[in-house]
Amino acid sequence: MFAYFFKRLLYTLPIALGVTLVSFTLVYLAPGDPLNAIAPADAPADVIEALKATYGLDRPMPVRYALWLGRALHGDLGASIATGRSVTSEVLSAAGNTLLLAAVAAFVGVGVGCALGALAGYRAGSWIDRVASAISVVGVSVPHYWLGLVLTIVFSVKLGWLPAMGAGAGGSAEWAWDAEHLRYLVLPAATLCVIPMGIITRTVRALVADAVNQEFVVALRARGLSSAEVFRHVARNAAPTVLAVTGLQVGYLMGGSILVETVFAWPGTGFLLNTAIFQRDIPLLQGIILVLCLFFVALNLLVDLAQPLLDPRIRRA
Amino acid sequence: MNTAVDPVPFAPAAPAVVARRSYWHGVFRQLARDPVAVASALLLLLIVLAALFAPWLAPADPYKASMIRRLLPIGSPGHLLGTDELGRDLLTRLMYGGRLSLLMGVLPVLFAFVAGTSIGLVAGYLGGWVNMVIMRTLDVFYAFPSVLLAVAIAGALGPGMSNSLIALTLVFVPQVVRVAESVTTQVRQLDYVDAARLSGAGAFSIIRAHVLGNVLGPVFVYATGLVSVSMILASGLSFLGLGVKPPEAEWGLMLNTLRSAIYVNPWIAALPGVMIFATSMAFNLLADGVRSAMDIRR
Amino acid sequence: MSAPDPSLPALVDRGGPAQPLLIVRDLRKHFTVRGGMFDRNAQRVRAVDGISFTVAKGETLGIVGESGCGKSTTAKLIARLLPADSGELVFDGDGVGQFGGMALKEFRRNLQMVFQDSFASLNPRLTAIETVAYGPQVHGLARPAALARAGALLARVGLAPEQFGSRYPHELSGGQRQRVNIARALAFEPRLLILDEAVAALDKSVQAQVLNLLQELKAERGLTYLFISHDLHVVHYLADRLLVMYLGQVVEVGPVDRLYGHARHPYTRALLSAVPSMDPARRTERSPLAGDPPNPIDPPSGCRFRDRCAHAHAACAAVAPVLRETVAGHWAACHLDDAGSGHPEAPARAAIAFKASFA
Repeated sequence: MFAYFFKRLLYTLPIALGVTLVSFTLVYLAPGDPLNAIAPADAPADVIEALKATYGLDRPMPVRYALWLGRALHGDLGASIATGRSVTSEVLSAAGNTLLLAAVAAFVGVGVGCALGALAGYRAGSWIDRVASAISVVGVSVPHYWLGLVLTIVFSVKLGWLPAMGAGAGGSAEWAWDAEHLRYLVLPAATLCVIPMGIITRTVRALVADAVNQEFVVALRARGLSSAEVFRHVARNAAPTVLAVTGLQVGYLMGGSILVETVFAWPGTGFLLNTAIFQRDIPLLQGIILVLCLFFVALNLLVDLAQPLLDPRIRRA
Repeated sequence: MNTAVDPVPFAPAAPAVVARRSYWHGVFRQLARDPVAVASALLLLLIVLAALFAPWLAPADPYKASMIRRLLPIGSPGHLLGTDELGRDLLTRLMYGGRLSLLMGVLPVLFAFVAGTSIGLVAGYLGGWVNMVIMRTLDVFYAFPSVLLAVAIAGALGPGMSNSLIALTLVFVPQVVRVAESVTTQVRQLDYVDAARLSGAGAFSIIRAHVLGNVLGPVFVYATGLVSVSMILASGLSFLGLGVKPPEAEWGLMLNTLRSAIYVNPWIAALPGVMIFATSMAFNLLADGVRSAMDIRR
Repeated sequence: MSAPDPSLPALVDRGGPAQPLLIVRDLRKHFTVRGGMFDRNAQRVRAVDGISFTVAKGETLGIVGESGCGKSTTAKLIARLLPADSGELVFDGDGVGQFGGMALKEFRRNLQMVFQDSFASLNPRLTAIETVAYGPQVHGLARPAALARAGALLARVGLAPEQFGSRYPHELSGGQRQRVNIARALAFEPRLLILDEAVAALDKSVQAQVLNLLQELKAERGLTYLFISHDLHVVHYLADRLLVMYLGQVVEVGPVDRLYGHARHPYTRALLSAVPSMDPARRTERSPLAGDPPNPIDPPSGCRFRDRCAHAHAACAAVAPVLRETVAGHWAACHLDDAGSGHPEAPARAAIAFKASFA
């Protein structure tokens, strides 16, 4: 089985390399001189030359890529053009905030989704099933950034229970697990959790409904196993798929949180990405995309590696 | 001695000229019996018609601003749904906004469908190293979460509707190729494709006559699921300031510009999102209905 | 039969009556299985491992064997649907395809295949008549002419074109689908027809009808059949000669009646005795074949059947037996028949009279 792990790991490397390439070159897609973001248009020629040298813009693209990649492997992603701070530290601290949000949202979304889905699957065709299916369709169809707005309107503007923006009082980006900070987490997490909830409800419902109809369940019941124990068996069958989908959802939430973070001004990677785009902060852009995608790739790898451990059918001899 | 028919006749009293029972006809009939699908279809029709005929149906000029009439509430005289932050009639803006939002939902999926199916057919039918090169390249794009990829490409290209279209199409193509390639590979191994090869036909003829028809179905089903995602994503890009530019009317952009109004007139600010939600949901429910109808027919 | 068509000229017998229609020499096909850890250790399935045989004009050669013995792969190799790793095909005196001689497209007009009935054998989106008309159209026939020809063929196989022509596969029964399959194969007026488990999925009564149809068509059009099956009753009815395969190799070839009466290879004997009989005098007491068919990835050394053979001996493991003609036209690959093989039960052993009669 180690050979399988090894092979899988080996396969991931070219993908990761491809990701670095795309992350690097994507920002240069735009027409126009990247220098425009750094220097004012009427700067004297020698200033422009100096800036070019500092940012390495006088070298050909492949060389720039190689240099950037080399430094990235050492953890150095350059300095933000706008703030001058190290890209690595900015991205990592922002990533921490996003991970917090994504993890909580995933946890809640998957938890509720599993419960709803299991209920719906067990009682397929009943009103519970229809309600759960409706919730899941809503979860998949609703534009989550709009949902965030609506929740803000209801709970912040009208009722005043929860804060509308930020991750802490005064817009601070430092996190602490206290009631004060948790209040800031509620709305963004609630908004974000709708996405995985919709998908997981559907997935679990299908799995449970399928498993319940299978012969081994009938056989188990015939042997007198109680409902709870039958449920355990069904859950074990559904577990690998659910875990795989969950893992992917966490990755997706991490990468796709930009919209919700913009609504709530949550100081995460999405918000940072937004800023970087409008300031045309190239090193920051490259750094954020790189970190987020590599995280996604690593997560996919983890999920793939975990599969044979959970599902004996996939295990290779 | 030659037996003309099987001992058990298959169709009792078959007419001399058998009418060609169309597959889609049956799907349509099945769909008509599904209340949810019908309701969704009607809602969708309403929205599309309102958007399409906006220039004739809308009560006001979508670009006409008025500083004194800003953020009027819903139900104000002359403005059924109120006005936005620049005093423009909201109902009109919503109707006009539908044109761009719907277009942004459908066009990327359409382009991705055409491009993705073609690439998938080639990769699936030819197999071998061609397949490997294509699929491995796409794997790199698959390694990006779609929202991130869309935002990154749109961000890199700059604001504007056509840039958003490009970004979204590029996000969807790998997904469509994956489905198309998978189905093509399966179909290619079936006996009737072997029989076609035995008849001496060239690859192009076989793909056109035998493979394409059987691949389009599943890919189409997959693509219909992408339309609502595309709409939401497109509006999301506009919401971020990366898509449609002001003063055009587009639901996502309207959500952005009206955001600051939530403390003054919150429900106005939420209206464009209601449209996105309603359209997306109607589409998903309709697509679900079509999927079930196609299943039963088979 | 339809009038001669200028775009589909009748095929000419080039080699004369004595020339075998098909000669297969040393055909080999190995598949690599990707389940191996690293590519170096990739395992190879020896699906077809060096088979040779001939098919005479106008005969029906039956090919039998267990699942996994390579029958279907052989069929695909002969039809050139799969590229062979090595070996030769000679059709009516001309070499075929990559081995020089006859061009592939021309070969495909001479040889056609009827597949086992399943939904996968017919395109679900084409009507019966369109399916049959596709082939001629590929060869340049105009659509109306192709449809007319297809209609005539459907009528010949027992499906009235007005009633069945516009039906889709899911609107046809199994027997009807097989008739469409046969009509499709006949559209080019081929000379050799490979029938790969063509009646396996049909009910017995329907099977009988389709088999009768096949016999008629053969007589009418002077066809040669290669009939692949695992059903020994059907093969006995249809075939003139029988070829038995085991794990990718030929173990015995000979006239059908001779094999059914006096099989020489222990596998053939076991196979034939495993067929249930209505005759109370022939009771099967113990199973003649022990064990499961071994893995084609790692066949036993020497004779591949030795794991399950009641007569196995050290000589069987050391040396692989070669096909040997014991009686005219009857070949077997077994050390029992070979005087110099070193097998203790070899030469002096009298041929065991094995009576197998079918009630």
